[in-house]
Order: sequence, then structure tokens, then C-alpha cells
Amino acid sequence: MKLKTTLTAGVAALALMTGAAMAETVKVGIAAEPYPPFAAPDSAGNWTGWEVEIANAICEAEELDCVITPVGWDGIIPSLMGEQIDVIMASMSITEERAKQIDFTDHYYKTPAVIVTAKGSGITPDDAGLEGKILGVQASTTHQAYAQKHFEGVASEIRIYQTQDEANQDLYSGRIDAVQADSIAMADFVASDIGDCCEIVGAVADDVAVLGQGVGGGVRKGDDALRETLNKGIAKILEDGTYDEITKKYFSTTIYSK
Amino acid sequence: MEQTLELLSLSPPGWGANLLRGLAASIQIALGAFGFGLIIGFFGAMGKLYGSPWVRDLLEVYTTVVRAVPELVLILILYYVGTDILNNIAGAMGRGPVEINGIAAGIWVLGIVQGAYSTEILRGAIRAIPPGQTEAARAYGMPRALMARRVTIPAMTAFAIPGLANLWLIATKDTALLAVVGFSELTLETRQAAQTTRAYFTFFLAAGFLYLMVTLFSGVIFARIEKWARRGQPSHRGG
Amino acid sequence: MMRAMLIPRRLIMLGLFAAFVVWCAVSMDWSWLPRYAPLALDGLWVTIWLLVVTIVLGFMLAVPLGLAQAIGPWYLAVPARVFCTVIRGTPLLLQIWLLYYGLGSLFPQFPWIRESELWPYLRQAWPYAVLSLTLSYAGYEGEVLRGAFASVQKGQIEAARAFGMPRHKIFFRIWLPQAIRSALPTLGGETILQLKATPLVATITIVELYAVAGRVRQDTFIIYEPLLLLAAAYLVIAGIITLGFRWIEGRGPRMSR
Repeated sequence: MKLKTTLTAGVAALALMTGAAMAETVKVGIAAEPYPPFAAPDSAGNWTGWEVEIANAICEAEELDCVITPVGWDGIIPSLMGEQIDVIMASMSITEERAKQIDFTDHYYKTPAVIVTAKGSGITPDDAGLEGKILGVQASTTHQAYAQKHFEGVASEIRIYQTQDEANQDLYSGRIDAVQADSIAMADFVASDIGDCCEIVGAVADDVAVLGQGVGGGVRKGDDALRETLNKGIAKILEDGTYDEITKKYFSTTIYSK
Repeated sequence: MEQTLELLSLSPPGWGANLLRGLAASIQIALGAFGFGLIIGFFGAMGKLYGSPWVRDLLEVYTTVVRAVPELVLILILYYVGTDILNNIAGAMGRGPVEINGIAAGIWVLGIVQGAYSTEILRGAIRAIPPGQTEAARAYGMPRALMARRVTIPAMTAFAIPGLANLWLIATKDTALLAVVGFSELTLETRQAAQTTRAYFTFFLAAGFLYLMVTLFSGVIFARIEKWARRGQPSHRGG
Repeated sequence: MMRAMLIPRRLIMLGLFAAFVVWCAVSMDWSWLPRYAPLALDGLWVTIWLLVVTIVLGFMLAVPLGLAQAIGPWYLAVPARVFCTVIRGTPLLLQIWLLYYGLGSLFPQFPWIRESELWPYLRQAWPYAVLSLTLSYAGYEGEVLRGAFASVQKGQIEAARAFGMPRHKIFFRIWLPQAIRSALPTLGGETILQLKATPLVATITIVELYAVAGRVRQDTFIIYEPLLLLAAAYLVIAGIITLGFRWIEGRGPRMSR
């Protein structure tokens, strides 16, 4: 593995020196599992959603030639390191643990983590409410880390799902009592047909150490040229109103805070 | 019922076209992996039968490991190793990262798995050839390559077909495992359609039907091939 | 067995293998191991439990399936045949997802299911894992047993009948043991195939061996180490199964063929 990192760094350095990095296509990795309203395929196979549009807007602002590349969430960081993709834009929160492996751009959205339950369950988003309940979270998310830190031993079981959609499905079918996830994704879920079963009962107490500092683009360590270009792009679309325009299409509230 | 038909219709908003696209990808991967596996299997079988002791032992390790470790684990290992190797080679040649096509990656990982089973099947088939046939060829002074092409391969085909037919079915079903690593094939397309529309039963049953059709259709094809391969042989049932 | 390993060539290979293991141990990152060892042992236990339970249940189901196909009347033979064809003709992963997510999407439509006493079990993932793996094993083994039942020599059954043995006794004393004996060489292989199928249930939230390795990978982003250890673990289990079946086959009366 060590050999590989050196090699990768070498290639990156070479690309910087020749200045050829910009002209190449940038493969934007998104999770292959639907995560509405951020990213989901339509039946024609095109990926749409807030995050896809934001990614395209950033690329457009910086004149990058971007290709949306769906990769399994499970293998998304290895895919980045294996250079199948160049940047992860898959609602990935910036956390210390991840920052050891990859670098992050500035965050491009930040939302609280909420608990969703069946309507009228009486569950509250705290220890007392979740005691003895089955809580579902998505694997390798900040929510999993949070649940394991705060609700392990409180909830009767923390069930880990590969995708948010599976957790939602099991909440709908009553196999689990509650789900902890991103507020926006959950707002979209409870507004959907199947989400009619359920309601958001509130946000969990904040814990920056595990919940992170918002969602950012993930790039390979040392890929500073791309990271800085993307940062410039994020700043640009925030400033010129493109960001708000896209957000308005999907959400009724703002999802960006410093 | 009407709703189901609408979901399965070929043009959007129906998802029928997605399933068929997935099926096409699955079949492509299965065909490629089966073919790649056959090539590995042929050389593997030759190595096991006629190779040096070293070659034989190494091949034994290969077939044993592949047949004992779950395909899912092998797929992950081969997928990461394969992309790492390719990128390192490209890096050493001063090129950027290699574009890895999902279908090619699928063929590579499943082909290696198939190769182990192919090796065993073909080895058995070659050993089943009546020794007189190869001895006769050798007595005529046939070169080895010609003997392989004219005698060994045609003669072993009949013995290998039942095993290979089974292996082909395994190949078609194993493509489903690629869904777990996010390759767009029938099972993943099905799952995406099911998750988006919530019509789980409809789509999983439809996909099951497609897989079953492939199986049944393959059965017919292989029966024909076997009949063809056995032409001219005394009509005993064996293999 | 041991002597075969003492040829110089194999000693060199063993040496190289040992060197590889040492290299792995030294130069790879195993710092995660102590933290995940308890979870890994739990996972190992779940894998073995699933394997044993589904093989036993699957075999019990395979016997009537094989029998129905070998000698049953058409109204039993046809459904058994269709069942085996469907199970063998579709990917197990699809079957698992059909049962878990398909049924999961049905339950909310029937409130009485949620009120029933079975609901606490139906909420869990393992009943679906056990069911799908059992059906799968029964489908494959049913096909094997069909051939095995058909291959039991008619003369033996006739002899037993001539002795006036009751039918169930003929079945349990003569037919079944002989069918199992002739199916035994394939049973070992089928058991290893079943072992290799168990990781699929990780996709429906069962935390078995494969899922633990996946969790290590996701938590620490270490790719190769957990996968290599996982592969080694499956190799060892498969080795034990092979040796076990060889031992069983070696016992019991030798048959003259």
C-alpha cells in the first residue's frame, strides 16, 4: 500500500509539473445507490438531483470537464484512491476519521442529523426515547459513528444498512423503530408516498467530533490542484446565486450554513 | 395489474428497458468471463496434466483457493488488486490512471473464478479421452499444437460439455454478485428500479423470470452442442 | 499427507508461503485487529451457525424433493421439479432480496401481521437469511438426491419387500442410507458451496464474517488486510469441511460396486 501512495503522489506531482491536469476530464464519483433528493437515477438511467446539479454547476464555474460516475458507496473511498474517480461528491460528511485517508474541499452543505420514527411512536431523539428500540443507520456514515457513540447500549440494537434506502424501507415495514439520518434526506422521505408512515421527531444533540463539519467533496491526499479549483468553484456558485437557484428547485429552506 | 405492466413497460416511465439493458450487460459479462475462464482452464488443464511439478502445485493452489473462498470476497480482492496493478503499471509508464470499464472489470474478476472450475472440468475431460486416440496421433508424428487442435480439443469437447454447461449457468448467476460492488447489471438495475418505485415484488420477480429464461434457453443450446459434439461417437451415455 | 509435503519443492513453496505470511504480518496494517476481534468472533459464529442450520433444514427438505422427483406421482414430481429448476436457475442474491425486501414491502399492508406473535421474529433479518439459504440448499441437494434415489438398485428394495419389511422401514433402513451414501461425495462439495453462499446475507443486515470484514474496511478504509484475513478464514473452514467429509466417507461399510 505504501508503494502505491508514493506512486500516486508521484503521478500527481508529475501532472502538476506539466500542468496537464486541468484539461483532463474529472470523474465525479457519486454513490450508485439512489439517495434522493440528492442523487437518484431516472428510468432513462440519467442521474439527477440536488447534488448532481451542484457538482455540474461547480464544474461549469471552473470550466472542468466533469463526468458523473456512480460507484458503490461501500467502495467509494477505495475507488477514489484507486483513481477510478477523482472526487467524491456523495453527501460525504467531513470527519476526522475520513480526513486521515482523503482530503476534503470546503463544505457545500450542512444539515442537522435527525431521528425519524413511525407516526405517533412517542420516541424522542434522545437516550430516554430510544431506550430498548431498534435504531437503523447507514454504514460508514457520520450517523453510524454517532449512534454507536451515543446510543450503543441504550438502543436494543443498532442495525447497520448499506444504503439509506434500505433503512427507510425497513422503517416503513416496521422492522426497525427509528432511523437516524440527514434531515434533508429524511424530509424528502417523509414527504414521499411510502414515507407517509413516518415522521421526523427532531434533531439529535450536536457532536461536531463525529457529525463533522458539513458535507464536502473528497479528493485524494495531495491532489491540491483539484481541491483548490473545486473550492473556487464552490465559492463562485455560492456567490453568484447559482447555488440558491438549484437549492430552491429541491428544498424549501436553505441547507448551507458556515 | 395495469400498474405492473406500466412499471415494466419498455419506455420511461416504465423500467423494462433498464432491466433489459441490465440483462444485456449481465450476458456480456457472463460470456466474457466464461470465455476468459475457458482460456485459463485450457492452459490450466494442460499445466496440471503435462506441466512440471512446480506448475502443477501452483495450479493446485489456484484451483483450491478459488473454489474455497466465497466469490464475493474474491471479487472484491481481484477488483481492488486488478485496478491497483493497472494503475501502477500506467503510473510507471508515466500515464494517468486507466479508465476501467465496468464490463471489463467484471469479466476479469469472474473469469479468474471461472478459470479454476474450467481447469478441473477440462482436466477431467482430457483424461477421459481414450488414450489410443492421442497415442495414434503421436505415432503419426503429429506436432503438439496440431494434436491439440485436431485430436485433443475435439475429442474432449463431448466429455466437457455437461460440466461446462453447468459452469455457464454459474457464470450467469455469479454476475449478480457484481451488484454488491456497484456494477450496473441485471440485479443492480432491478434493485434500483425496485427502490425507486417500491414495487419490490414486481421487479425481483421480473428479474427472476429473465434469469430463468436465460437458464432454460442455455439448457436447450447446450443439449444441441452436446449432440453435435458426440456425433460419430458410439451411442453410450456417459460423460 | 504429511510425507507429500516433505518433497524439497514443496518445502520451498511452504517456505515462500511462510515468508509471505510473515511479510503480511510485518508490513501490513493490523492495528485494527484487537479492536475488531470480538466482533469477528461473533461473525464467525453467525457464519457457522447459518451454515449448519441451513444445511440440516435444507437437507430435510431435499429428501422429499428428491424422492418426489425420483418416484413420486406426477402431481408431486412436477412441483418439486419446478421448485428445483427455479432455485437453481436464478441467483441466490436475487432470492434473498425478493424474500427480505419483497415481504418487507408487503407486511405494512396487513396490520394483523404486526399484531401477531410472530412479528418480533419477522422483524429480524435472520429468519429471511435462514429461509433463503435453506431453500437454496434444498433446491441444489434435491437435484442430487433425485439421482441418488434413482440409483439405488431395485433388487435390494425387492429383496427387502420379499422379507416382508414394512414400507417405512424399507425407506429408512435401505433406501435412504444408500441414497445418502451415494450422494456423500457431492455433499461435501455442496456444503462448501453453501459456505460460500453465506456472505450474501450480509446484504440484508446480518452481521456474519463477511459483514465484519466489510465494517472494518468501511470504518478504517483499510482494504486488503481484512479481505486477506477473511479469505484465509474461509479457506480454513472449507479445509475443515473437506477433512470432515473425507473422514465420514472413510468410515461406514465399504460398498462393493
